[in-house]
Amino acid sequence: MKKVLVLGATSAIAQATVRLLAARGASLYLVGRNAENLEAVARDAATRGAAKVDSQAVDLNTFDAHEALVDGAFQSLGGLDGVVLAHGVLGDQAEAQRSWEATEAVLRTNFLSAVSLLTVLANRFEAQKAGTLVVISSVAGDRGRQSNYVYGASKGALNVFLQGLRNRLAKSNVAVVTVKPGFVDTPMTAHLPKNKLFASPDKVARGLLRAADGRKNEVYVPGIWALIMLIIRSIPESVFKKLKL
Amino acid sequence: MRSPESWGRYPRVEQTTHPLVWRTDALPSLSGKMLPHGLGRSYGDSCLNAGGTLLLTSGLDRFIAFDPATGVVRCEAGVTLDMILRLAVPRGWFLPVTPGTKYVTVGGAIANDVHGKNHHRGGTFGRYVRRFELVRSDGSRRVCAPDEHADWYGATIGGLGLTGLVTWAEVQLKPIHNPFVLQETVPFENLDAFLKVARESEADHEFTMAWVDCLARGKKVGRGLLYRGNFAPPQFDRLPLAKSHLSHGIGLAVPMDMPSFCLNRLSVSAFNWLYYHRQNGKPQQRLTHYDPFFYPLDAIYGWNRIYGSRGFLQFQCVVPYATARDALKEILERSSRGGLPSFLSVLKTFGDVPSPGWMSFPRQGVTLAMDFANRGEKTYQLVEDLDRLTREAGGAVYPAKDARMSAESFAAYFPRRAEFAGYVDPAFSSSFWRRMNPVSLPFSLEAERGAGAPQPQSVLALR
Repeated sequence: MKKVLVLGATSAIAQATVRLLAARGASLYLVGRNAENLEAVARDAATRGAAKVDSQAVDLNTFDAHEALVDGAFQSLGGLDGVVLAHGVLGDQAEAQRSWEATEAVLRTNFLSAVSLLTVLANRFEAQKAGTLVVISSVAGDRGRQSNYVYGASKGALNVFLQGLRNRLAKSNVAVVTVKPGFVDTPMTAHLPKNKLFASPDKVARGLLRAADGRKNEVYVPGIWALIMLIIRSIPESVFKKLKL
Repeated sequence: MRSPESWGRYPRVEQTTHPLVWRTDALPSLSGKMLPHGLGRSYGDSCLNAGGTLLLTSGLDRFIAFDPATGVVRCEAGVTLDMILRLAVPRGWFLPVTPGTKYVTVGGAIANDVHGKNHHRGGTFGRYVRRFELVRSDGSRRVCAPDEHADWYGATIGGLGLTGLVTWAEVQLKPIHNPFVLQETVPFENLDAFLKVARESEADHEFTMAWVDCLARGKKVGRGLLYRGNFAPPQFDRLPLAKSHLSHGIGLAVPMDMPSFCLNRLSVSAFNWLYYHRQNGKPQQRLTHYDPFFYPLDAIYGWNRIYGSRGFLQFQCVVPYATARDALKEILERSSRGGLPSFLSVLKTFGDVPSPGWMSFPRQGVTLAMDFANRGEKTYQLVEDLDRLTREAGGAVYPAKDARMSAESFAAYFPRRAEFAGYVDPAFSSSFWRRMNPVSLPFSLEAERGAGAPQPQSVLALR
């Protein structure tokens, strides 16, 4: 990935990924909601050696803007060969249970806006018969649990969409990489008590780029989560529904 | 989350934490006092805030600009010296001043106005800080520089993080030809010999520092090895880097707290004897990468854990040349009588290069740093005695390494203390600052008691 569009560039995992890409001398088009924060990430990337850094502050929940956004990225960098889709919200499960508006907000950001963007991007990449689409999903999408099934559903739906997209784009030489991080120590999880399973954004970013370079399909980062989720997925539903998870 | 510790792991305090993420964010509004906290490499309680909140600056780790033509780097305050080296060394620039670890933040380097092996020539880190932004709890933001808000600039450099939050800073780096150092090791037999060889070395060597054998007694008090060096000239530019040089300290690690019986008089004594006699008494010269030269202990990740869960106390003082010989002899003798001797002790000469920081520690003379495993009251008594000896010699103790100095000593060491206090942010404080300003001891009263007054009882020194 030499010319990369990063969506949600101010998120902790995206920032760590941007640093690694910048150190490789990649050209970057960064998209985030807060202009000041985006500027901070952009200047950091430029200082660390990115060949070119351009950015645009936009709320990705404005679906109408997606086509123009992608156009802007292609024009600015003279083409794209990589995308890192990193924007998302954790939401508040209790709040989502009380209110459809809260549930819809999670689904809009994590699923619908991603699908809207990927629809535009997939067609461009399919036409140029090259590129890597990296999407940050979550282990929470592997199985619904009472503690965060709204977030989990948004990521689970995204996983299925990506499976289909991968299947469609395989013949066009476009890689679709689903990255499923476990717990990550970020501002998104700042309120949670930490344990040994929490990984740093830097570690997740390294795993993400390794998967992108290897044009992998679905990866868990850190790798231990493949085992954990294998166990969680294999518990029979009749037992699972009685667990406090 | 576990409450952050200082590097000496003494004292242990309870406090809450608040991670900072963006430099443009406002400070949090909190009921208690706050204190910026970088990587926690201060040894005592100057980076702790019992009962208050630590503003964790490690999330402010972005670069803002770097000009390879001028060597000026601008970055957020949580950027570490390690990160700057990785960025700057391949482009021919090095830190103008570096402490013995690269795992400190720029904010911490400013707050403690850190010094290094080149103090006799280069002075302190603060001299190379061109400007920085200071955010106060009243919401104000000031860009401080020698010619812009000069008072805030002077108060903040060496100001122990108490004047507000430094969000970003601009530092002037120093050009180098290559990452190598030509190093020479010279054994010396006692303190007099150290003073002689150290002063002689200053003329031709940018970097000097000595290891001293704390167990030597009698005529051998103060024997040790002096390391001196300069960055290598251009003819070494094309030398290949050894792989170990690039690992940046990902080598050994102390995986757990070592049980205290591992460190005893015999093991320390054996280490010191071997260290000294490795040299065969002759000067040795060699070429080395900057990493092992400046940061030998960084190669052992978490080396402070060899002292076990009780931690250790650091002590670093500087004494003027006029009293140096006798005072250092007394300090070394007192510490070798103190039960467990210091594992690593370092001597270095400070030059007369002034710092812009009002509360800066380094001043002309000889500095001595030692560490003592925490064995409770016996160790506290020892360090308090060393504080007293330093004060009697007209010297000063380094707040970043202190856990026991008395409030009266602090006032004697830092004559601009009262002026500085006016610049301390009302919402900021630290365990160290409260220890130095106990409510029960008004300083007006203390001034009347004069220098010969008895030391305050340790109850005043409680955090």
